[in-house]
Amino acid sequence: MSRRTSLGAALGLGSAKEGASHWWAERISAVALIPLGLWLLFSMAILVGSNNADFLGAVDWIAVPFNAVMLILFIATVSYHSALGVQVVIEDYVQGSLKVVSLVLQKFAHVAAAAAGIFSVLKIALGS
Amino acid sequence: MAEFRLPANSRISKGKQHKAAGASRVRNFSVYRFDPDSQEKPRMDSYEVDVDKCGPMVLDALIKIKNETDPTLTFRRSCREGICGSCAMNIDGVNTLACTLAIDEVKGNVKVYPLPHMRVVKDLVPDMTRFYAQYASVQPWLQTRTPAPTGRERLQTKEDQLKIDEPSACILCACCSTSCPSYWWNSDRYLGPAVLLQAYRWLVDTRDEAAGERLDQLEDPFRLYRCHTIMNCTNTCPKGLNPAKAIAETKKLLMERRH
Repeated sequence: MSRRTSLGAALGLGSAKEGASHWWAERISAVALIPLGLWLLFSMAILVGSNNADFLGAVDWIAVPFNAVMLILFIATVSYHSALGVQVVIEDYVQGSLKVVSLVLQKFAHVAAAAAGIFSVLKIALGS
Repeated sequence: MAEFRLPANSRISKGKQHKAAGASRVRNFSVYRFDPDSQEKPRMDSYEVDVDKCGPMVLDALIKIKNETDPTLTFRRSCREGICGSCAMNIDGVNTLACTLAIDEVKGNVKVYPLPHMRVVKDLVPDMTRFYAQYASVQPWLQTRTPAPTGRERLQTKEDQLKIDEPSACILCACCSTSCPSYWWNSDRYLGPAVLLQAYRWLVDTRDEAAGERLDQLEDPFRLYRCHTIMNCTNTCPKGLNPAKAIAETKKLLMERRH
């Protein structure tokens, strides 16, 4: 049994003086996702409803410069927002050395997913 | 990882039954029993209480059980009017004060457990050591650099007093903190709603001059930002206070000083 005082344990290693930026970024990215998400939803609905609702139709749609820029913004924002959110879930539930490992891995996974998505859009938009 | 399965000595078995003989109006109370000195698992004892010969509140029934049926039943109580916070426990699935909850407000069998996710000292008595240490860690007292005025108090307006009226009404019963899942999982580092409400009480006190240092101490992914606005705290508070709002306001203050 530890002889540490309860106040000593409560004070721990002190404040990390961090968290406000993360909290703010989570909210700002959520706000940005409202117009981006609505745009994507409506665009998908229109695309599906049109007579171009096949693979080539979708590729043509992505190649339109405005659509490509909006898609890149959406992929970047949604990946960033998701990385922030998953980080919180891990901090909530994972303890010990596994925590740091999973925090790093989830960040890598999100960056990789965002890179793959953005590269795909660019490849289509700029032609290959 | 978080523990999803309870440790062996936290699993509850069925306990004794105590009947009320010759009573006309009977209510059944299922009460959590645990004695760490015995080697036994916790159990749920059930007690029949003649409500015609009992006060109206759940605490009255517990006192009657202890006095007349089973003197080994252990619980904290003092003021019996919702101001000391001693008899905070989980009744009918909700953290509240046994002294301010009427038996009539509970339908059917009255289930009584200690505050959730705290180490149990005995029966309905949780170990509050960490909770009190966390309270002490936010330095809940007036801190100033301006010397006290001679011959009178440090003044504030009526409007300024209104800001601290509500958080000051907190009795630190820990109903809110022990209802919060974030506090369950991370109470070693998350301060919890009750302590954050008190931290806020000093942040908005216009006589206090340490708001900057207080915010520095609070800005931490675990101390403050484990709050995910679940709102169990506000839901359960037996005094009708709103710790969730105080935490949200604290987060806003942290934003205010950087924009």
